[in-house]
Amino acid sequence: MKYIDEFRDAGSARGLAAAIARETDASREYRIMEFCGGHTHAISRYGIADLLPANIRLIHGPGCPVCVLPMGRIDSAIELALEHKVMLLVYGDCLRLPASAGMSLMQARARGADVRMVYSTQDALRFARDNPRREVVFFAIGFETTTPATAVAVLQAERDGLANFSVFCNHVLTPPAIEHILGSPSQAGDVALDGFIGPAHVSTVIGSRPYERFATDYGKPLVIAGFEPLDVMQAIRMLVAQLNEGRAEVENEFTRAVTRDGNLKAQRLCAQVFELREAFEWRGLGVLASSALRLNERYRGFDAEARFRLAARSAPDHKACECGAILRGSKRPSECRLFGTACTPERPMGSCMVSSEGACAAHYSYGRFRDAA
Amino acid sequence: MCLAMPVLVLELTSDDQAIVDLGGVRRRVSLALVDAVQAGDYVILHAGYALQKLDREEADRTLGLFADLARLDAS
Amino acid sequence: MNRARKDWSHPLDFRDGRVDMTHGSGGRAMAQLIDELFLEAFDNRWLRALNDQACLDVPAGRLAMATDAHVVSPLFFPGGDIGSLSVHGTINDVAMAGARPLYLAAAFVLEEGFALADLRRIVQSMARAAREARVPVVTGDTKVVQAGKGDGVFITTTGIGVIPDGVEIAGARARPGDRILVSGTLGEHGVAVMACREGLEFASSVRSDTAALHELVAAMVDTAPGIHVLRDPTRGGLATTLNEIARASDVGMMIDEARVPVSEGVAAACEFLGLDPLYVANEGKLVCICAAEDAGRVLGAMRAHSLGADAALIGEVVADPNCFVQMQTALGGRRIVDWLSGEQLPRIC
Repeated sequence: MKYIDEFRDAGSARGLAAAIARETDASREYRIMEFCGGHTHAISRYGIADLLPANIRLIHGPGCPVCVLPMGRIDSAIELALEHKVMLLVYGDCLRLPASAGMSLMQARARGADVRMVYSTQDALRFARDNPRREVVFFAIGFETTTPATAVAVLQAERDGLANFSVFCNHVLTPPAIEHILGSPSQAGDVALDGFIGPAHVSTVIGSRPYERFATDYGKPLVIAGFEPLDVMQAIRMLVAQLNEGRAEVENEFTRAVTRDGNLKAQRLCAQVFELREAFEWRGLGVLASSALRLNERYRGFDAEARFRLAARSAPDHKACECGAILRGSKRPSECRLFGTACTPERPMGSCMVSSEGACAAHYSYGRFRDAA
Repeated sequence: MCLAMPVLVLELTSDDQAIVDLGGVRRRVSLALVDAVQAGDYVILHAGYALQKLDREEADRTLGLFADLARLDAS
Repeated sequence: MNRARKDWSHPLDFRDGRVDMTHGSGGRAMAQLIDELFLEAFDNRWLRALNDQACLDVPAGRLAMATDAHVVSPLFFPGGDIGSLSVHGTINDVAMAGARPLYLAAAFVLEEGFALADLRRIVQSMARAAREARVPVVTGDTKVVQAGKGDGVFITTTGIGVIPDGVEIAGARARPGDRILVSGTLGEHGVAVMACREGLEFASSVRSDTAALHELVAAMVDTAPGIHVLRDPTRGGLATTLNEIARASDVGMMIDEARVPVSEGVAAACEFLGLDPLYVANEGKLVCICAAEDAGRVLGAMRAHSLGADAALIGEVVADPNCFVQMQTALGGRRIVDWLSGEQLPRIC
């Protein structure tokens, strides 16, 4: 697979590992947060930690849209499917998301809900066209990478007069979440983060510019990195260099598809359809201002929340759940007493266990041999 | 988050779509988010949409850097 | 086939006809379906006797018996269909005890309205698979459920086979130091089926690997009667099978990612869908665990057979109180290969 296999080459990985080992300063620790669940997944799946010196500590961030979605939102989706009897279209990732009282969309399906999996919003539009008598709702979820596809679908639905189509919008934004982590007053036991790995795919859309003020305002370096293992290792190397030299800049490792400005067309389409929510709840992080999108006034007719008068729901997490501390980097997954006992990938209790990209699920599924050793 | 992969554009079809290839697997995808894509280009694909063209020179430059490190390590 | 009598004035309409409730009612329509479809396709002396059971001669030795309910959507997929799958699946389950499969039984649950043409295509495919495997379908049953209460057709097959003397193959027999082998490239069945599911359509040359493995097993057991474990990694893929064995044997495993055979088509499809080939289903592959000193011979026997041409030694059994299945990644790291959690679903994130 061109442009994939080359970025997984073991020889180059050894070369990068040797370079990182050479270039790190043994007298200090490097605490690096990979914000994005995709990076967490890559680090775990390829065993990248084994190739790094012990003084590089990777802290898994909250950048997994299914992990941070609060249960109340999934409860609302289930309400759409079970009570309003809509045809609910979801990405495969969402089917297992835990809702309150042990429910999930998969469980709702077992109770008669019409929940179907789609791969693309184009498929969602096709379902709406093929079922003109049904209300068809697309469960929109994801960061900036995924948002433009929803915008295109809404614009297309308007153009084609698909009045039975609407969107349950859960799109969230990356920069406010990183800023929250940077700006949150440190709590007892928190580790200070030295730098960030930023997600390349988000930046194919938003570019690198939105991060620039973090480097200046908070003095933390950020490197935008691709998701192949060599990309992640090279980003770590670039962060090590910045930290050694006392620099705090936004650098771009994924020059093959990320520019400073990103995809202006995609940004324009999103701006046409969406507006900022004043606040949105993130599972594990709490309520963050200006951190999510909804359909704007002009497209409110396609907003399932308005169309079906969905009330805001809130469902608290388990009291013993340490997801918040884990997402801030102050606890490791194995330090949560629910980890691996009450909370497992089969029955996730906290956001970090929900998808294989969550910090706890990744550690459980790929890394827990390290605890046994 | 945001699973995306580089795919080769084989041919443009009507309605702003294209057939793309990844290791022999083909799929119809939307080009609604990118301009001026041509057959033979590589694009970053996410959830059925091309998000950005892949700059082959930049990719080769990054790979060249890795290859240099690999050689250094092997020698 | 010579039938004793022909009571039916009109032959079944295999062009436009549909299954209706009378085909399961026990009356003349059912008898006609059996006669013109099942007997015609499976044709053997046990079925021809038209008894409610097959009376069988069984050679001396221990018997292995397995049953498997087959539901698959879509019913037809590149490389096979539910018919061939239902024969191969049960033959393989029997063969994984090291047994030589002897006979099959088949029960069909048909949905009212199902096209007779599709049913015939499935039954003929099943008969062809049984004939090629030389394992006859000797008894069967048919029921019809109302429209909307089935998914076209469900097929349950049961098989019995005889285990050669001295062969003792079981999931609990893996021992530290044993070698782990797989018979070929992984994930082809799962990818072929997913490629034609609604909403996921992508064009791929990957075909289901569905195949009867008993002759491959016979060749392996001939070479090394002391093989410890055989298992076919169907649902949940290689990862799940290795975890099952690790738990049953109270051992751990260490496999080497670079040695695990995966075709480019499967790797690419998994890339598209965010899946891991280690968790994707196979229907014509097996995992073998044997003593280190047998591994070379067993691997040779596998590679000499057409269904084992891409066989590979992928790792070894280790002592581990946690029963972890671990993998040396191709990149040079290490990770756990855990049980499949939930269903294997395509991801976009």
